[in-house]
Amino acid sequence: MSLKPETLAAADAIVAQYPQARSATLPLLHLVQEDRGHIAPEDEAWVAAKVGVTPMQVREVVTFYPMFRLAPVGRRHIRVCRTLSCALRGSYALMAELEKALGCARGETSADGNFTLEFVECIADCGCGPVVQVDHALHENVAPDQAAAFASRIRESLADPGYGKGEPRPGTPEWNG
Amino acid sequence: MPAQERPLIYANLRRPGYTVDIDCYLRHGGYEALRKAVATKPEDVCKEVETSGLRGRGGAGFPTGMKWKFLDRKSGKPAYLVVNADESEPGTYKDRQIIYKDPHQMLEGIAITAWAIQARQAFIYIRGEFQHGAKILRRAIEEAKARGFLGSNILGSGYSCEVVVHRGGGCYVCGEETGLIESLEGKRGYPRIKPPYFPAVLGLYNCPTIVNNAETLAQVRHVLAMGGAEFAKIGIPGDSGTHIWGVSGLVKRPGLYEIEAGKATFGELLYDLCGGPLDGRAFKAIIPGGSSTKILRFGERFKGKRPDGTEFDWALEDIPLDANSIAACGTGLGTGGTIVLDDSVEMIQALSNLNAFYAHETCGQCTPCREGSLWLSRVSRRIVGGGGREEDVPMLLDIANQVAGRTICAHGEAVAWPVQSAVPKFKDEYLESIRRRRRGETAGGPTLI
Ligand SMILES: Cc1cc2nc3c(=O)[nH]c(=O)nc-3n(C[C@H](O)[C@H](O)[C@H](O)COP(=O)(O)O)c2cc1C
Ligand code: SF4
Ligand code: FES
Repeated sequence: MSLKPETLAAADAIVAQYPQARSATLPLLHLVQEDRGHIAPEDEAWVAAKVGVTPMQVREVVTFYPMFRLAPVGRRHIRVCRTLSCALRGSYALMAELEKALGCARGETSADGNFTLEFVECIADCGCGPVVQVDHALHENVAPDQAAAFASRIRESLADPGYGKGEPRPGTPEWNG
Repeated sequence: MPAQERPLIYANLRRPGYTVDIDCYLRHGGYEALRKAVATKPEDVCKEVETSGLRGRGGAGFPTGMKWKFLDRKSGKPAYLVVNADESEPGTYKDRQIIYKDPHQMLEGIAITAWAIQARQAFIYIRGEFQHGAKILRRAIEEAKARGFLGSNILGSGYSCEVVVHRGGGCYVCGEETGLIESLEGKRGYPRIKPPYFPAVLGLYNCPTIVNNAETLAQVRHVLAMGGAEFAKIGIPGDSGTHIWGVSGLVKRPGLYEIEAGKATFGELLYDLCGGPLDGRAFKAIIPGGSSTKILRFGERFKGKRPDGTEFDWALEDIPLDANSIAACGTGLGTGGTIVLDDSVEMIQALSNLNAFYAHETCGQCTPCREGSLWLSRVSRRIVGGGGREEDVPMLLDIANQVAGRTICAHGEAVAWPVQSAVPKFKDEYLESIRRRRRGETAGGPTLI
């Protein structure tokens, strides 16, 4: 599968923002990942050509940064903050509940391909813990005893054709994401 | 009188109905400070900032005016301004508010700073997870360019500066200024060794570069708006302006509290503003300025001499909230991200949680940091898992002692400090955890690892 025409068209303007093309490596990788959902070997080659390095130099970057991934994730990517402030507010208990409710172990993708559930490190919203990032939206104060309801909402969003398409409004999880 | 907030950075964004639109910012005096700045010689803008006594808000508290003075102006190479919006220190969530709710305040600070150091290109390095934040900033930059506050010929001065928003990839060490620069060059975020790679001399593309924290630049906007001497009157000598305390963890009202430097104590912050401990609990310890600062225990006494020679003898609750007082207690103000632990917490789990963070985030260049962070994480986790031995406690300290001061960047200190500070203060409790967990018993309280 190839990248969307918009993705291909956006690249040159991104590279042109920088005094040195190589600086565009991370932005181009984000662009690709937002299009395809992960970064494929052919994408690395494409980025490499755009910024003037070898594909291996792009791979080095991809494997250094936790946000980039070489394999697809589930239809909903659920990231629970694990770091101390959130943990004190119950992120480990929350994770255990979400594993049950989504039928998916931490660090894995559910068998039906719907959910990838992960622990991540601090996402800079420590006063509102536990925080959970679901794709582009950041949910605050997700208490462990609300895990089942929270999981149901994620499950319901699978059938929502407008998911992720709306314009974020201030104060919503999409705005905070 | 109970402790009070004095919003400066957060004054606008807390107003009901305040939005990120440029018109809203302009209605609240926006870009007036930039107008003043471009009518002033760049070196005089630098002087205002020096006079203000402003110290960086990224964690190290380095005087901003002095940093700008170090910029190498003789090389003939272009200078760059890099804004550190990576906000990656655990417990820290203050810059997010500025970016998501009042982006123009920061952009005005950027424009003023770029003028002061005569940079024609600025980059905002924003943590990758702030996806929408990056969009908000990009939109704000377009608005500011359309009104002549950024881009070419700023306010008719003939001076131009482009600002580019650059998203990171979820790496803590890319908040370290030289790791950030490598990352911005499109590489792995391996920090560079100083000397020779002081950013002000050999920074981005080996050109002179100023790296400042996002909030620092918002503060600069206020320095120019009120003048350096007026700004210096906020706070106390040696630490001017406001500090944003981001309290998290086990308190009644976690949140962001902006307080004039030195005008309240930890006790006032935690009891008056945050409402004290959760019902039925008692405070046990705080990590005052982000996860890398040294832990303080309730019940400790802090004794010493202040710079002016007067002696102090404080309980944790008495410590004034300014950089020098907190440093005098053996820790740091850091980012102001205060993590609060109460008596439900098993301290070895808290340590293990942080050890796991640093082991995950080490870039791996330096053996002491790479191996040390992993060992610390494994040993503390082994204790929690019931396989601990009494010798593990001195061993934790021994490992940490071999990391601090022996690495390329301060991530080494970040690895070591939590252990070096916590082991002496909670040794007995750790030993008790070792014995209890060997018997297969757990502790109650939140699971932290
Ligand atoms: C491991 C590590 C992570 C850091 N993360 C950040 C960060 O996320 N944001 C930040 O502003 N400074 C961070 N710093 C501090 C920067 O290196 C640098 O001191 C700061 O951006 C300078 O800005 P200031 O002078 O305005 O404070 C970090 C330092 C280290 C050692
Ligand atoms: S101290 Fe740690 S994070 Fe810093 S350069 Fe060395 S290995 Fe990397
Ligand atoms: S610790 Fe969870 S957001 Fe910072």
